[in-house]
Amino acid sequence: MNTAKARTNSEDYLRMYRQMVRIRSFEDNANQLYLSAKMPGLTHMYSGEEAVAVGICEALRVTDKITSTHRGHGHCVAKGAEFRQMFCELLGKEEGYCRGKGGSMHIADQANGNLGANAIVGGSMGIATGAALSAKRLGRDDVTVCFFGDGATAQGLMYEVMNMAALWKLPVIYACENNLYGEYTKVEETAAGSITARAEAFGIEAFTVDGQDVLAVNDLTQKLVARARKGEGPFFVELMTYRYHGHHVGDINREYYRSKEEEADWKANRDPITNFGKWLATEGIATDAELEAIRAEVKADAAAAVDYALAAKYPDTSEVGMHVYAANG
Amino acid sequence: MRDITLSKAVNEAIAEEMRRDPTIFLIGEDVAEAGTPFKVLSGLVEEFGPERIIDTPIAEPGFMGIAVGAAMTGSRPIVDLMFGDFLFLVMDQLCNQAAKTHYMSGGKLNVPLVLRTNLGATRRSAAQHSQSLHALVAHIPGLKVAMPSSAYEAKGLMKTAIRDNNPVVIFEDKLMYNDKSPVPEGEYLIPFGQANIKREGTDITLIGTSSMVQVAERAAELLAAEGISAEVIDPRTIVPLDEETILRSVRKTSRAIVIDEGHQSYGITGEIASRIMEKAFYHLDGPVIRMGAMDVPVPFSPALEDVTVPTPEGVAENARRLMRGEMFHAA
Ligand SMILES: Cc1ncc(C[n+]2csc(CCOP(=O)(O)OP(=O)(O)O)c2C)c(N)n1
Ligand SMILES: [Mg+2]
Repeated sequence: MNTAKARTNSEDYLRMYRQMVRIRSFEDNANQLYLSAKMPGLTHMYSGEEAVAVGICEALRVTDKITSTHRGHGHCVAKGAEFRQMFCELLGKEEGYCRGKGGSMHIADQANGNLGANAIVGGSMGIATGAALSAKRLGRDDVTVCFFGDGATAQGLMYEVMNMAALWKLPVIYACENNLYGEYTKVEETAAGSITARAEAFGIEAFTVDGQDVLAVNDLTQKLVARARKGEGPFFVELMTYRYHGHHVGDINREYYRSKEEEADWKANRDPITNFGKWLATEGIATDAELEAIRAEVKADAAAAVDYALAAKYPDTSEVGMHVYAANG
Repeated sequence: MRDITLSKAVNEAIAEEMRRDPTIFLIGEDVAEAGTPFKVLSGLVEEFGPERIIDTPIAEPGFMGIAVGAAMTGSRPIVDLMFGDFLFLVMDQLCNQAAKTHYMSGGKLNVPLVLRTNLGATRRSAAQHSQSLHALVAHIPGLKVAMPSSAYEAKGLMKTAIRDNNPVVIFEDKLMYNDKSPVPEGEYLIPFGQANIKREGTDITLIGTSSMVQVAERAAELLAAEGISAEVIDPRTIVPLDEETILRSVRKTSRAIVIDEGHQSYGITGEIASRIMEKAFYHLDGPVIRMGAMDVPVPFSPALEDVTVPTPEGVAENARRLMRGEMFHAA
């Protein structure tokens, strides 16, 4: 990690730390809500992958856009969302980001440039590319980041839109979160050849980065975003990362596809929050006590938001027919 | 007879057919070791091996297309589509290719494949994992569409589908996978186009598909307690549709309600209702009532989702109004 910048950027660093802690804390609570049968349906945990969302989103402006996935809580928090509306959405409450209509897999937060999570694997690749086309046509220098998993590289849509993005030099960054598994299958069994070479075949510059290192992710993204704003896009980034939980919260017995030792190793040695915390302490940017205070504060925030959401009211049933069509005029 | 789950019934049907016919293979996402997210196919890869139970990348149009080509050239593929909602991804391969090949080739090419997928809301899975899209494929000539309403139907219809020389789409209700019902030990097939009269009655005909058969049956119980005798019919396949059984019933009862979990507009309920009105008009004492899912994307919130699908109480209420001779939706 780059020491020279350490002191001048300490505010940024602490915000990154806090954002990663917020994601972890959000997920711990979401998991608990599921386990205590207080949350309807299933949800996919982002825990372990925090440095990806935070490293990238901290390089973006509010007006920059992202598209997200079924494993989308991390992207949503990193792009600026509030706990309260997120938990309300997870519980199907009226005050949720989507008034309870979307739930965990469909949270969208336009005010912060989050065009929405998507329950169709690869389903947002066209949307992200379209957002980039729109920015270019309208003369805005906004950049769009398309988050998707390693599994989504099997979707044909990706190749159609990367081709057009390259032809038209669109300001889009394809961010492939390679967490080594798609559902219950290892990436080697589903992706032939190299993932970055897929983008390179279209003449798109592609990079692989350690997705557990928030500064490495952030440095690379800052550079690519700056270039994309100048019309040098698109870009492709493969972020090597790991999900700590099962594919979804109900995926408990998973040793048939992933060993406990492997999971323990990532958690013990490659945790993005622990490692970044250590670096902050070593560099003298924050003391352990200060980091602990951040974690405690976030934990309290999350707990309060959960309580708030649990007590919040459901939408009135009359809302079921609202929002099928947008009003004209 | 023993009671087995719908999930087990599907598993047995596929295993039995695969033992009988080596040209059958199954293809889809996480179908092998994982046995699908609903664990319907557990054990198959152990028996038949990864050459016949084939795990794919997340590439629905790709493996659908591969199945079409394999079906045209001597294989009998079973395609596993994890959620019915993903039909939208495979529409070209299914509807432009598989459905039309036999016809376009003047009868020279066959596409004997089964697409097994699911339908059904109220699982809190939101708008992209809860749809009931059978009307979409039922609209396309060349495709057959089966809708099992219990373990018994799931097994018998699956076996018939696998032996059919046409592309067949089977929709299982994902909320019914763990429901148990009696299934014979021995082999049996359920022919397509043969409706099942689940319950006999004289006052009103309730036609339900898939899990809506249960809804109709529960409504019939509510009505029976009030002295209204409802007949419940399960068409079992909507293409081909056993019109005769439905019409015979309506000629007897003079009233009908059609219940289906697809969206109400332009759906299965409208199709069946209009066939009744065309062919049994003078036997009717009132309009044929359609009860489908609300015309809204399926909302996540339980508070909203639960009001989008037909319920036994709703069916019973419409039946009472029909019995009283009330006009529906009149100003
Ligand atoms: C088109 C489509 N096919 C299948 C699924 C079912 N599904 C949901 S998540 C998932 C795995 C996705 O893997 P990956 O893209 O690597 O993302 P990860 O879950 O690892 O974050 C699958 C197969 C889906 N939602 N959409
Ligand atoms: Mg993955």
